[in-house]
Amino acid sequence: MTLVQNFPAFSILLTIICAVITSVLKRKSASVLTTLVIFVNLVMNFMVMIYTIRTGESYVYMMGHFPAPWGNEIRAGIFETVTMTVLLFVILFSYLGGYRWSAARIEPSKYNLYCVMVELSMLALLALIYTNDLFTAYVFIEISTLAAAGLVMAKQNGRSLVAGVRYMIMNLVGSSLFLLGVVILYTITGHLLMVPIHDAVAQLAETQEYRIPLDVTVALISVGLGMKSALYPFEKWVPGAYSNTTPTSSAMLSSIVSKGYIFLLIKIYIRVIGLPVIDMLGITDVMFVFGAAGMIMGSVNAIRAKTTRMMIAYSSVAQIGYIFFAIGLGTADGLMVALWHLIAHAATKSMLFISCAELNDASGNTHMRTALKGAFYRSPLAAAVFSLGAVNLVGLPLLSVFVTKFMMGQAAVALGGRHMVITLICLAVSTLLNLGYFMNTTVSFFVRDEASYTVHTPARLTKFSLIGFIALNLILGLCAAPIYEILLTGLSRFA
Amino acid sequence: MSEQKKHSAGERFRRWLNQDTDILEQQMIAAQMKAPAEVDPEEVEWRRQRLEEEAQEEQAVARRLEAFNEQKVPETSRFLYCCICVCICLAMIGMLLYTVTMLPKFAAEWDPTINEVPQRYIEKGLQETGAVNIVTGMILDYRAFDTLGESTVLFSAVMVVLLLLRMDAESDKYSTLAAAMRSMPHTDTFYEPKHDTILQHTAKILFPIAVLLGIYVVLNGHLSPGGGFSGGAIIGAGLVLHVTAFGFQDIRRFFTYKTYQRIVSAALLTYAVSKTYSFYTGANHLESGIPLGTPGAILSSGLILVLNICVGFIVACTVYVLYAVFRKGEV
Repeated sequence: MTLVQNFPAFSILLTIICAVITSVLKRKSASVLTTLVIFVNLVMNFMVMIYTIRTGESYVYMMGHFPAPWGNEIRAGIFETVTMTVLLFVILFSYLGGYRWSAARIEPSKYNLYCVMVELSMLALLALIYTNDLFTAYVFIEISTLAAAGLVMAKQNGRSLVAGVRYMIMNLVGSSLFLLGVVILYTITGHLLMVPIHDAVAQLAETQEYRIPLDVTVALISVGLGMKSALYPFEKWVPGAYSNTTPTSSAMLSSIVSKGYIFLLIKIYIRVIGLPVIDMLGITDVMFVFGAAGMIMGSVNAIRAKTTRMMIAYSSVAQIGYIFFAIGLGTADGLMVALWHLIAHAATKSMLFISCAELNDASGNTHMRTALKGAFYRSPLAAAVFSLGAVNLVGLPLLSVFVTKFMMGQAAVALGGRHMVITLICLAVSTLLNLGYFMNTTVSFFVRDEASYTVHTPARLTKFSLIGFIALNLILGLCAAPIYEILLTGLSRFA
Repeated sequence: MSEQKKHSAGERFRRWLNQDTDILEQQMIAAQMKAPAEVDPEEVEWRRQRLEEEAQEEQAVARRLEAFNEQKVPETSRFLYCCICVCICLAMIGMLLYTVTMLPKFAAEWDPTINEVPQRYIEKGLQETGAVNIVTGMILDYRAFDTLGESTVLFSAVMVVLLLLRMDAESDKYSTLAAAMRSMPHTDTFYEPKHDTILQHTAKILFPIAVLLGIYVVLNGHLSPGGGFSGGAIIGAGLVLHVTAFGFQDIRRFFTYKTYQRIVSAALLTYAVSKTYSFYTGANHLESGIPLGTPGAILSSGLILVLNICVGFIVACTVYVLYAVFRKGEV
């Protein structure tokens, strides 16, 4: 085993160690250490990504001296490492980009604890993406939930506390449903590691033994993770949680925390239950319906939202709807589109949150949508970044979300029948609705309603992260074809 | 007190049985006599005012709640909402109960959980981990990564609670809520110190026993039922008992926020670093070189003893700190 292959495990353990050290540091050093650990993780994961792409293989890493099915394991392949690398870029830019506001709004004596929350969310993401064991996944779901609750409530004003309580309640229901699912799955298969469960489930599906428990377990896991990642009917916690906290927290919640759960769901569908069995159980049809409802209702609510951040929060619901809609297609192509949209949405949504905070600051510290008129002349960079994100989510060609919509259409056409018709209609309606609220906001940036504007220069770190976000999104958009190809090979080795 | 000394122990016991005297009576009276003397009239007045203010505030909140409840929500839609809630819950309960009846019978011959996994744990556990207690061997050696995750869960829980509830003078500047909480009569800051003689006497006896028992359970985790989680919870309960009886002033002589930080960070770091070593050697198929010792001896089973002690420290501190922060807003 080469040194590089150790890096996924090292980055998980390093994050734990650094989180513990951060908890006893002062504000400044805590922030520096957090940035450093994000950067080191990024470098390590980048190297693993290069390694997995070059060798084209995935490998299993024993956490201890005992192989499956006795000990814990993690697993790294192209699918995991590419996702992880992009998401680590997002974490880095979200943390640095929002630093100004977090530092200003959080008590100095508690800022190190906020850094701990950021590191713990990153830890949970790393573990959820790399784990090859269902129970490890549950343990890190707990960490993710706790850390995210800390992120939501960090500002400690009334609204964020209420949002935090809502977040906690909805997410704990989700976690417990997931745990129930894992317990039932263990009872009927006798394993916790993914590969042995996969074999046992395939056998159960063949003999039709324990059919109802299997149905229930897949339903519980899907609904549990759907609830935690803001699938439509369970999205009531989203607007409060995303819009009443610091920009870093909003970006982390929408792009990192919820994405970890979705990646885990995709992983469970492919590597634990297996696509043929999923197809047999018909759970994907439910996802399809909920996803479609989310796509439409999220956008409708976004149009009605009064503040910009509320609008972006509801747009997240719509985009999560896209992901579940793609999962609901029930084919490997559909899952591939879901993963692509997961990455594309993470990169875009965090960019929108950070640039929105900068725009609000430049427009006199307000959150109202109407106040952003002429924002381009007050803060050109942030307005340009926001517009890039907006046109990306609407689906402008040469950008990443366009690839989602195109490939989703293609996957639906390949499937044919009802799915094709519904997909094409939903895509069209949702794109129109997206256009409605995003273009409305973006165009208002360029309306000149005052004679002269004072230009608001962003803080140096914010500027750096905004430029980083532009680069990340342009790379994802312009190099979509090769990245998509790489991910496709990853998908073929994933099962 | 002097009157009591004249009687023999047997006589005092008889009198106590007859409910003629209460052996703690004198001390209770003494404590109660002492308590009001500490409070100066100005403070009493201030407390009275605060209590009145709070009563008014509560009334205001109650009024607002009433107004909120009287808002125009049609009676039928509220009824429908309740009905749907009950139906969904009943459906969930019914579905889960039905599923449970479908599951394989526990420990039956055809139970899928009886497979090669527990077989190896039971048959080779002692030989491979050196722990007589198979459960400890399982959670701290075979599946040590999960347990590291669980310890991190405890750590995250304390961090979130501290982020939310720790209040110091500086918090007042940033959060109106913290400022209000710190002067509210219903918080513990207001009512301390307490003088409960019965509790204090019980705690005097139970605290050392609880801590010793906890240490025993932690140290013998690899030999007998128990381990870091259970032993740590016992020690933590002892600390909670101590602080309930004697107040924070007393416990701060040996346990402050600094102590918590030092103990927990040292324990988690030891855990994480030693496991990094063991994961690295395990995955690269290297010998770890940690001797397993003689099974059954206290110094045996390799890293498990060390990890149990770490987990014990983490759990004990977590239990105490969660209690302290919820009660007082600081450690």
